[in-house]
Amino acid sequence: MKSRVLILFAHPRFEDSQIHKALIQRVRHSRSVHIHDLYEIYPAFNIDVYLEQRLLNKYDIIIWQHPVYWYSIPPLLKQWIDLVLSNGWAYGKNTHALEGKYLLQVFSGGHTEQSYSQDGYDKRSLRQYMACHEQTAKHCHLNYLPPYVIHDAHKLSAVDTLSFAHQYERLLNQLIETDLSKEDFSKYVYINDWIKS
Amino acid sequence: MHNSFLLQALIFLSAAIICVTIAKQLRMGSALGYILAGLLIGPYILGFVGEEGNDIMHVAEFGVVMMLFLIGLEIDPRSFWKSRYKIIGLGALQMGLTALIVGGLGHLGLGWNHQTSLTVACAVAMSSTAIVMQTLKEKSITQSAGGTSSFYVLLFQDVMVIPILALLPLLAPGHNDDSMSTSTLFGSYPAWVQTTIIILSIIALLLSGNYLFVPLLRIIARTRLHELFTAASLLLVIAVSYFMQLVGLSPALGAFLAGFVLANSEFRHELEGNIGPFKDLLLGLFFIGVGATINLRLIISETQTIVGFVLIIIVIKSVVLLLTGKLFRLKIDQNLLFGIILSQVGEFSFVIYTFSHQLGILNDYWFDLLMSVTAISMLLTPILLMVNDFILARLIGIELEEEDKPADTIETKHDIIIAGFGHFGSTIGRFLRANKIYATILDNDSSRVELLRKMGFEVYYGDATRLDLLQSAGAAKAKILIAAIDNINANQLLIQTARKHFPHLQILARAKNRSDAYELIDMGVKQIYRETLFSSVYMAIDVLKACGVRSYTATRKAMDFIRYDEQSLFRLAKHRKNQNAYIFNLSEQIDQQERLLSADLNAHIEREDHSWDSDNMNKEE
Repeated sequence: MKSRVLILFAHPRFEDSQIHKALIQRVRHSRSVHIHDLYEIYPAFNIDVYLEQRLLNKYDIIIWQHPVYWYSIPPLLKQWIDLVLSNGWAYGKNTHALEGKYLLQVFSGGHTEQSYSQDGYDKRSLRQYMACHEQTAKHCHLNYLPPYVIHDAHKLSAVDTLSFAHQYERLLNQLIETDLSKEDFSKYVYINDWIKS
Repeated sequence: MHNSFLLQALIFLSAAIICVTIAKQLRMGSALGYILAGLLIGPYILGFVGEEGNDIMHVAEFGVVMMLFLIGLEIDPRSFWKSRYKIIGLGALQMGLTALIVGGLGHLGLGWNHQTSLTVACAVAMSSTAIVMQTLKEKSITQSAGGTSSFYVLLFQDVMVIPILALLPLLAPGHNDDSMSTSTLFGSYPAWVQTTIIILSIIALLLSGNYLFVPLLRIIARTRLHELFTAASLLLVIAVSYFMQLVGLSPALGAFLAGFVLANSEFRHELEGNIGPFKDLLLGLFFIGVGATINLRLIISETQTIVGFVLIIIVIKSVVLLLTGKLFRLKIDQNLLFGIILSQVGEFSFVIYTFSHQLGILNDYWFDLLMSVTAISMLLTPILLMVNDFILARLIGIELEEEDKPADTIETKHDIIIAGFGHFGSTIGRFLRANKIYATILDNDSSRVELLRKMGFEVYYGDATRLDLLQSAGAAKAKILIAAIDNINANQLLIQTARKHFPHLQILARAKNRSDAYELIDMGVKQIYRETLFSSVYMAIDVLKACGVRSYTATRKAMDFIRYDEQSLFRLAKHRKNQNAYIFNLSEQIDQQERLLSADLNAHIEREDHSWDSDNMNKEE
């Protein structure tokens, strides 16, 4: 049984992002993938909670695709988390609407991988910075997958951008085809390393 | 008298409608259909039209005048000035070479005297503005490289008609220039006085555009009587033509200049819409006249001579055109179009022949023969173009419609049309302009149009509900239509017209209120903006704030309310009773309010909003 993928895409300046354009372009035509462009749908941040919750019910793998701003997610995605993952639906007594689903963060960051390390300028890895979201997922009984990361995104050459797009497509296909419950993701910091070439 | 007029109209119109319909079905141009209609009802086949064929031609020549007025209207003076070298270069080369070859052949080969050779050479060098422009329009290739080059050549030729007609009396044996001078007011004055008067008239005409025509049209527009504006448009063209003729200029040139000076005015589209139908009908009549004057008996007795002449002339003209086009670097497909579309002899040649026949430069035999040759060459153009379209273009494998030089286009049309530029539409227009998106704006309040044009908006005066105005505003090529007319009925009429004739347009419609919005939904409009909804909800936000609700919470609730209200609008549109009732009376309005309020009570407008709500979380723990 193939998994269905919902990409919650949050980018306030999509028009200027080469890497996200390439990624979206690559996967938009896939039958099992639905792209939900949050900044396009909710320019005034007035998220339709019921619509979002109904949408989530239909998918097995939920992806948050976004750039990293100030070591975190863009504000509309935070707004989405605040509103949609509501008490009495996503968490609370006996209510776990998202139970058994998978959450994958796909993000692009400005600095190098070395910079995001204990000895580097940023002191922590991006995975560590996103720990609060990992915990949010756990709170909602979502399986948090290791994130897919693109470092140094604004310095990528056209060739590198394209190869990331192809890799992203392979990742999604692999996620769709694989029985994730049988996979051990604990050994990966980033899901980039899980992708078969 | 009346009977015969009605009968004639009956014959002309039926012949035209039958022949043009058949011609269009066979994918030939309308010009060919009209010419065939003329031939059919002419003296040699059905005989409905006899000697009056020539009189009809005189009336119908006014169609050519109107066409030149419209051509003038469509020229943007700035791009025209940029193209001046091309116009003179292409035109002079084409006319000069053609005239030289034809004149030389006539003089040396046929033994014509100097006068005849020169006259015929000039006449043959002309192409038919009527046929060419009509064909370009019908094929919508006016703005292709071949199309604009053809237009430049025609423009040059049309201007050259004037000196040619002025020259003819000087060529006449014995210089009797009676027929020329009696028709003009200043004919008896010496040449330099006439020249001065002509130059002064042209200057006066150029100045009167801004200082006479536009102010007068504004006054007439303020009466808001549509037929009066139509009458004024016709009067303008007729008056200019008459006065130009009076001072000894060609009416066609006068009309062209009048159109030219009005091209930048706000009345451009409205004038186009008003004159257009008259022009089309008169041009049709003109072509019928051309068909009727073809002397079939002569053609039958002199078949070989005439066919030979037609072929030689077309070959000479095409070769000269192809050379000219090559020199001006036209691509092969565009050059073929250019060479074929201008290969006929034009309607002004009829005028030149008739005139020189009267002057004794041409004898009866050559006059009849050349008239037939001209008509047949016109008849052949659509056929040659079909051959070009279907065989040549396919053989070389290139599309004729390819537009390769956008920089050369004479007018730019926008993707967005805003109909109605009152408080509602102008807000949209200002916002778009602030974001560097430009729209074509249509409005029928002439004083407002005048003001907005001063502020730099591209606004056109006219009734946007009229199909022809929408057409000339570029609705066929636009993507978005913003229907923002203040009057509900006019706005709905506009939307109906647009949906019927331009189904590709995305329509964003202004609605006065709920019941107006329901009717728009019934018409199939998807994007509806009630003018009262947003401002009243925004006001309500401030009321909530005044009641102590925090600004962000109030705003969020307002957004939810708008979403709920839009959804309920489409839901209730299906269920409302009295769908066909146009009179929306007070009791029904109250009824509607009641249903709305009870629906509000049952719906969860705010939905269960527990976000950022710690009380709710505590309850759950």
